[in-house]
Amino acid sequence: MTDHSEVDTVTGKSTTGHEWDGIKELNTPLPRWWVICFYLTIVWAIGYWIVYPAWPLIASNTTGVFGYSSRADVAVELANLEKIRGDKMVALGAASLADIEKDPALLALARAKGKTVFGDNCAPCHGSGGAGAKGFPNLNDDDWLWGGTLDQIMQTIQFGARSGHAKTHEGQMLAFGKDGVLKADEIVTVANYVRSLSGLPTRKGFDAAKGEKIFAENCVACHGDGGKGNQELGAPNLTDKIWLYGSDEAALIETISQGRAGVMPAWEGRLDPATIKAMAVYVHSLGGGK
Amino acid sequence: MNKTVNPKDLISGDDYGPLYAARKKVYPQSVSGTFRRIKWGLMAFCLGVYYFLPFVRWNRGLGAPSQAVLIDLPNSRFYFFFIELWPQEVYYFTGLLIVAAVALFLMNSIGGRIWCGYLCPQTVWTDLFYAVERLIEGDRRERMKKDASSDPMKLERISEIVLKHSIWLLIAWWTGGAWVLYFNDAPTLVKELVTFQGPMIAYVWIGILTATTYVLAGYMREQVCTYMCPWPRIQAALTDEWALNVTYRYDRGEKRTSVKKAAELRALGQQVGDCVDCYQCVAVCPTGIDIRNGPQMECIQCGLCIDACDNVMAKIGRPKRLIGYDNDINIHRRQEGKAPIYRMVRPRTIAYSAIIAAVGGFMIYTLATRSLLDVNVLHDRNPVAVKLSDGSIRNAYTVRLLNKSGYDRVIAIDANGPANLTVHVVGVDSVTPDRPMIVIPRDSTSELRLLVTAPAENNPEKSIPVRFHVTDIGLGEVASATDNFVAP
Repeated sequence: MTDHSEVDTVTGKSTTGHEWDGIKELNTPLPRWWVICFYLTIVWAIGYWIVYPAWPLIASNTTGVFGYSSRADVAVELANLEKIRGDKMVALGAASLADIEKDPALLALARAKGKTVFGDNCAPCHGSGGAGAKGFPNLNDDDWLWGGTLDQIMQTIQFGARSGHAKTHEGQMLAFGKDGVLKADEIVTVANYVRSLSGLPTRKGFDAAKGEKIFAENCVACHGDGGKGNQELGAPNLTDKIWLYGSDEAALIETISQGRAGVMPAWEGRLDPATIKAMAVYVHSLGGGK
Repeated sequence: MNKTVNPKDLISGDDYGPLYAARKKVYPQSVSGTFRRIKWGLMAFCLGVYYFLPFVRWNRGLGAPSQAVLIDLPNSRFYFFFIELWPQEVYYFTGLLIVAAVALFLMNSIGGRIWCGYLCPQTVWTDLFYAVERLIEGDRRERMKKDASSDPMKLERISEIVLKHSIWLLIAWWTGGAWVLYFNDAPTLVKELVTFQGPMIAYVWIGILTATTYVLAGYMREQVCTYMCPWPRIQAALTDEWALNVTYRYDRGEKRTSVKKAAELRALGQQVGDCVDCYQCVAVCPTGIDIRNGPQMECIQCGLCIDACDNVMAKIGRPKRLIGYDNDINIHRRQEGKAPIYRMVRPRTIAYSAIIAAVGGFMIYTLATRSLLDVNVLHDRNPVAVKLSDGSIRNAYTVRLLNKSGYDRVIAIDANGPANLTVHVVGVDSVTPDRPMIVIPRDSTSELRLLVTAPAENNPEKSIPVRFHVTDIGLGEVASATDNFVAP
C-alpha cells in the first residue's frame, strides 16, 4: 500500500499518499486555530438555535429563550418613530392650516404624513397620486365640488360627502329621467345644452332655446345661472373642461336620467385631528388648492 | 505507475500524521540596520497620523464642525480638511479605492510587498507588540527559554506577563479609542469618554477594536498574513520577473560554510560561499521563515533579514547585501556570471502609473469644478399631467435643491420649455411672478413641489423637454436639470 512516510523531493513536504495519474497530493494541514474556530462557529450556531426562533414545528416554531420576534422589533421601531414624530405632530396639530403651508418644516412634515395616510386611506378611490377616476374627483386639478381652500378641503375630509355624518356635505344630482321629471327628448336637448356651455359641439338640429328653457326650469336651482355650479351643494361647474362622469352626450344623458350621488366617507373619528390636518395640507399642495 | 487507492486509506487520516498543524510560535530577534530604521520611522509616522489626526482642527466657519477629518454619520457628511462630501458624492471613495488598489499593484511591480513589509496595519501593530514583548521579556533566546521552562512561575515572571498584556491592552484600547474619534468631535468625545458620558456605541466600538488589535497583533500575528489575507495570493499572481524582492544571493552565498572553515579554504585559494549558516536571517524573521529557500508566500518582505545579514557580513569582513532587494532575472543572471540588470520603467509600471494619474486627475478635476449648488428634478408619476378647469395643462415636479456651501442662498427657479409656462412653488408666494424665489440655508437641502402650467392655447401635443435653471441671486451661480413637460 501507500508509503505514508513519503516526502516530496521538490517541496520537502510529506505527501498524503494519494496519487492520481502520477500527481501526488501534498499534505498541507490546516492551522489548528483555524480548525478550532471552525468548530466554534458550529457551537455558536447551536447557541442561535437556543436563543432565537429556529426550528419549525408542526404548527409553529421554536421561539428561543429570548422570545425574540422580528414582528415585535418592528412594533418597537414604529413606536420609536411615533415618539420621534410626537412633538412635531403636536406642533402640526397646534398650527393653523395657513401657517403650516408657510412653514417649510411643517409643510414638509404635513406632506410626508399626508402622503402616507392618503396612500392608506384615500388611494383606493382617488388613486395613489390623487388622479381620481370616473366618479372620483381628481384632486390635482383646480376644480372642486365642495371648495378647494384649505378649510374647505379639511371640512370635506372630516365630515365627508353624503356620508351620513351629522355635518356632512349634502345635495345630490336628481334622477330627472327615472323620476319622470323630464322626457327622453328633453333630456337629450338639455344634455346638448350643457355641452354647449363649455364650448363642446352639439347634436345636429339641437334646439338651443328649448335647452336653455329646460335648464332654467330644472338645473339652475343647483348649478346656478349659466351653469357655474354651487360648492354649497356640491353642484359642479358645467362650464369648465373637467367632467367627473364624462362629457360626451351619452354620459350626460345617463347623469341627467339616473342622477348622481357619489359618497365620500367622513374621516373624523377614524383619523386623529393632526393627521386630518396633514392630509388637508397634502391634498391642497397637490396643486389644485385655492 | 498508477497506484490503486484503497478507499479505506482515504478515510483514515491519522495514518499520515495530524490533519491540522499546531502553530510554531515565532520569536523574532531584535536587529538594527537600515531597514529596521525605515520601519521604525514608518511605524512612528503611520501610528502618529492614526492616533493624532482626529485632533487636528480646521476652521470651516461658525456652526460647521472644526475637525479636519470627520465622518459625520448622523448628518451624512464627510469632512477632509477643505473638502466636504455629501452622500451622493460617495463615488469619490470609489475613485480613491481604485487609486489605492492600483497604487498597491504599482508598489508590487516595483518593490514587491512594500505594503506588507512596511505599511500594512497588521505589520505595524504586530511590530509594535513585538517591541513591547522584547522590552519586557527580553530578546529571542530569553523569551524562548522562558516559554519552554517548566519550572513553577515566580512572581517576577508573572509580573512580566501581566505587564506585557497590560501594555498590549493599553495600546489596543488606544487604537479603538482613536477609531471612534474620527466619527465625532474628538476633544468633546474624549471628555465624554473619560467621564463615562460617551455614547454606548462609542464604547462598543472601542471594545471591538481593542479586542481585534489585541488578538491580531498579540496572538495571530504572521498567521493573519499567511492564512487570512488574500493579498499574498493576489500578489503572487501580479508580480513579474522585474519586481524587486527580498532575495538571498545564491551565487554569492553557496556553498554555505562555517567562518573558520571558509577562512581555511580561502587560504587554499578555493571558492567558498559567503553564507556562514548563522541563521541570523531566520532568527530575526517575523514570520519565521528561511529566506534562503527562495521567495515564499509567507515572506512579507520587511527587509529585517537584510539588516541581520549585513551585520554579520560586516563582522566577518565580507561585502554586505548577501540578502538584498533583487529581481528574479538577476538571480539567474548572477549564476551565469552576468551583471545584474534593473528596469523600473516598463509597460506594467507605466500602465499602473497612467491609471493612477488618470483616475486621480479625473477626481481632482471633478472635485475642483464641482458645483456647490445643485438641483434634482423628479416628475410626478401619478398623475403625469393634470387638466385644469380652463383647459390648461399642469405638470408637477418634486425639486430638490442642494446648497453645499457654507452660506445661505437666495435662489430663483426658471423653467425653459414650451412657450408661456408659468412656474409656481407650493407654499411660496412669489414676489416675482413666474420666477419663484426661495431661501436655502447653508449646507442643507430643500425639497419643493413645483407646478408648471401651460396655458390652454399653448397645450403641447406631446412630451417636451423642460430645462430647470436654479440661479443664486447673489452670486449668479447656476445649476440646471432637464425633465419633460408631458401632455395628457
